[in-house]
Amino acid sequence: MPSKVSYAVSGWAVAGDDPRNPWFSWSYVSQNTDTLLAALREHLLLTLAAVVVATVLAIPLAVLAYRFGTLTGPILGFTGVLYTIPSLALFAFLAPFTGITPVTVLIGLILYALLTIVRNTLTGLRQVPAEVLDAARGMGYGRGALLWRIELPLAMPGIMTGLRIATVSTVALVTVGEIVGFGGLGNLIIGGFNTNFYRPQIMTATLLCVALALVLDLALLLLTRLVTPWTRRRTA
Amino acid sequence: MSGIDDAVVWLNDPLNWTNPDGILARTGEHLWISAAAVALGCAVAWPLGIWLGHAGRGGPAVVTVTNLSRAIPTVALLTIFPLTAIGFGQPAIILALALFAIPPLLANAYLGLREVDPEVRDAGRGMGLSGGQLLRKVELPLAVPYLANGFRIAAVQVIATATLAAFVNGGGLGMIISRGFGLGMNAGGGQVLAGGLLVAVLCLGMEGLLALAEKALLPRALRRGAHRPPASVADALPGEA
Repeated sequence: MPSKVSYAVSGWAVAGDDPRNPWFSWSYVSQNTDTLLAALREHLLLTLAAVVVATVLAIPLAVLAYRFGTLTGPILGFTGVLYTIPSLALFAFLAPFTGITPVTVLIGLILYALLTIVRNTLTGLRQVPAEVLDAARGMGYGRGALLWRIELPLAMPGIMTGLRIATVSTVALVTVGEIVGFGGLGNLIIGGFNTNFYRPQIMTATLLCVALALVLDLALLLLTRLVTPWTRRRTA
Repeated sequence: MSGIDDAVVWLNDPLNWTNPDGILARTGEHLWISAAAVALGCAVAWPLGIWLGHAGRGGPAVVTVTNLSRAIPTVALLTIFPLTAIGFGQPAIILALALFAIPPLLANAYLGLREVDPEVRDAGRGMGLSGGQLLRKVELPLAVPYLANGFRIAAVQVIATATLAAFVNGGGLGMIISRGFGLGMNAGGGQVLAGGLLVAVLCLGMEGLLALAEKALLPRALRRGAHRPPASVADALPGEA
């Protein structure tokens, strides 16, 4: 591998295809399979942990915002402000208190996923037709049964949309965790840049990252079909 | 909490503001990179979105672009672009950020044109307007709220994302955070926190400013009407920053 200095000096010349630093190399992949898999595993675990915790917190929050009109403003306002603050700044707020640990990354990821899911769940709940609610009340449904058996199931498409957007965004966002050393594949992307601009490592990690997002999105799409069979019957 | 005290001390040092790589210089750099990226994004996305919306074609493609863009980490493009023919320096960073500005601009431009009431369009045609006249005199003015909404979302997102340029030593306020992390938490904790605060203030400030501008820009005839972009358009758009 050429030295960092030669790159900096040659500038534009680097641009061409340097046979010593190709964009993709099978030998890189085969020689570094363990490293790649370890980074992928960290990436997947951070994503899953963040999305699962965010979902568990977000759905009750959305139900609260839906049931009590006075809470809608504060909950949506808080999530809006949070959304405007970049991830790197959020990690910067957390790091002095939570340290250089995965917890810092995880809290940040949970907060961002949380608001996507809250907003989409709320949209889903609001789209439940008033006639359906009337009919259910007429049939003697109480508040709890109404929520559990009518409103939440009918809000499923909204909830699942939120989950999908949150999951795909989280996969991309994990890379920023590199700043505290827990960025999954992001560690390899930035690491590759800082180690003599090592292209095969940057590109392989990027491709794995995009592939992970698409695979998880597809899995959630299939899950959506399973939990909302009626949407398929209607379109078929 | 010593972290907060350290941050206050760091912010109170005038040199940290006026140094060649101080807060003022970094803020200027941050705003310049962001403005260039948003301008570039507008130059590409608006003509395309307006044309697609006017012609009523390419809706699924717009959605696909928006969804796919979410899966690509900003950090990856920021590291890849400088290693291509673009070379090191600001152009690579501006280009990477511009790519992330395109989906909200494109989607809102397309939607704004599509949301024009078909009856209004028919009335225009009935009055003998050609396709180009219809676009200029009827569709575009009615799409202004959507274009403005897309602009605000894209601009705020780019300003937020520009922080990540620090990963490749690309300037902007993110550098204050990354340099702080480089010093370690004991020595750099205050700087990290101060940097995070500055970035948050810049982003929230710009969001507020652009929201006001958006309101002022709304044509008077539309101010009370229902022809406003729904909040859900913004919610459904990508937001990795």
